[in-house]
Amino acid sequence: MGEAIVVTSGKGGVGKTTTSANLGTALALLGKKVCMVDTDIGLRNLDVVMGLENRIIYDICDVADGRCRLNQALVKDKRFDELYMLPAAQTKDKLAVSPEQVKDIVLELKKEFEYIIIDCPAGIEQGFKNAIAGADHAIVVTTPENAAVRDADRIVGLLESANLSSPKLVVNRIRPNMVKSGDMLDIDDILQVLNIDLIGIVPDDEFVIKAANSGEPTVMNPDSKAAIAYRNIARRILGDTVPLMPLHQKKGMMTKMKKFFGMG
Amino acid sequence: MTAKSLVTIKGVKDGLVFLLDDQSDFDNLLRDLRDKLEHTPHFFNGPIVYVDVKLGARSVNDEQKTEILDVLRQRGNLLIRSLQSDDESKQQETGYQIHTITGMIRSGQVLRYEGNLLFLGDVNPGGMIVSTGDIVVCGALRGTAHAGVDGEVNAVIVASLFAPTQLRIADVISRPPDEWGIAQTHMEYAYVHNGQMQIDKVSHLHRIRQDLKMFKGV
Repeated sequence: MGEAIVVTSGKGGVGKTTTSANLGTALALLGKKVCMVDTDIGLRNLDVVMGLENRIIYDICDVADGRCRLNQALVKDKRFDELYMLPAAQTKDKLAVSPEQVKDIVLELKKEFEYIIIDCPAGIEQGFKNAIAGADHAIVVTTPENAAVRDADRIVGLLESANLSSPKLVVNRIRPNMVKSGDMLDIDDILQVLNIDLIGIVPDDEFVIKAANSGEPTVMNPDSKAAIAYRNIARRILGDTVPLMPLHQKKGMMTKMKKFFGMG
Repeated sequence: MTAKSLVTIKGVKDGLVFLLDDQSDFDNLLRDLRDKLEHTPHFFNGPIVYVDVKLGARSVNDEQKTEILDVLRQRGNLLIRSLQSDDESKQQETGYQIHTITGMIRSGQVLRYEGNLLFLGDVNPGGMIVSTGDIVVCGALRGTAHAGVDGEVNAVIVASLFAPTQLRIADVISRPPDEWGIAQTHMEYAYVHNGQMQIDKVSHLHRIRQDLKMFKGV
């Protein structure tokens, strides 16, 4: 039986889809059999970020309504044989599937895959309920902004009341220089409010934008700081103890990268 | 007299204690008390004696209280110091009650309580804690607190880390000044004074709330 992890945030634009795509790819890179599920029906993006848009034939709604078998809807990644994606429908809305239907689909996927990464839409309505229905664990993504932290807190509360306790936190798009100068919330401020376990810090990296536009997940580029951060998170998901990347020391970064490749 | 008397008199260091039976009919009790006073005249003809009357579990109304006092006053040397039933003394001992709840109030969550509330945990921005009485937060108050929600203007809000989004007591609403830091090292509380929200150190709480038991040293 595999493990289903929902990637959620409450607020839009903090990097849920980027995180889903990169964690999925990073887990595949580590040799795991992974399926990513896009539950953002009507505003699907995961396929675009993964560069798989033109391979979609069926989607999650077709599976839910029985228009196709689950296997028919799965899109195989172009880089990894063990990485698949179940796309959302673009022409419908969140009400097109019910939490029970998503739960059944995820349960089915868990039989075949080691990890299911569920990309959650923004908001706390039906789309969110769909996304968390089949999940065993949750990763909450936030950025170092008060609004994002506020929404993350709301989401953590909702996850706790849905019995998805002890969600893990990813702080995305941190800018070490701004944190140093006191212009950006630092990790401790965020953790003090949210009071959940930190699973990773992803530095702001222009390469992420470039990668998303070219349909090539960031983790594929070993020179990107964000890629290293995502790979580290994937290893922490597997249960490895990986220390947090030091944000300020350039030298430490390089050593860490070398060490990573030595091990990987 | 074959039946057990309904009135027991005990001597204590500085006077007498009248223990009145709390099960019997009130009229019987009064008759017994009158009997007792009349049939032991030698006892009640001396110098002035202080008397405490204990009613046990019986609760009496003002009229009945006066009746008991009238009987006792027939003896000029009895000076009644107190007249109390267990009910009242219990009430006095546990006058202030506070209910304890632990956890964490996150954005969008509301904790409501009727009475005084001791919350062990944090109230995050966007979260709300509401009570009809006082609110004491042992933790960080970063969200909104509304004490005395039914109009109790004497209610207070106390927090270990006082960084609220907004404070409300009864219908007085206040927002902390923007320059508030979180560099405080002491616990603070909010109260309403002349219709305005005020903040003070928790060690000064006794100045505005005389109903709370105050520790005055030994």
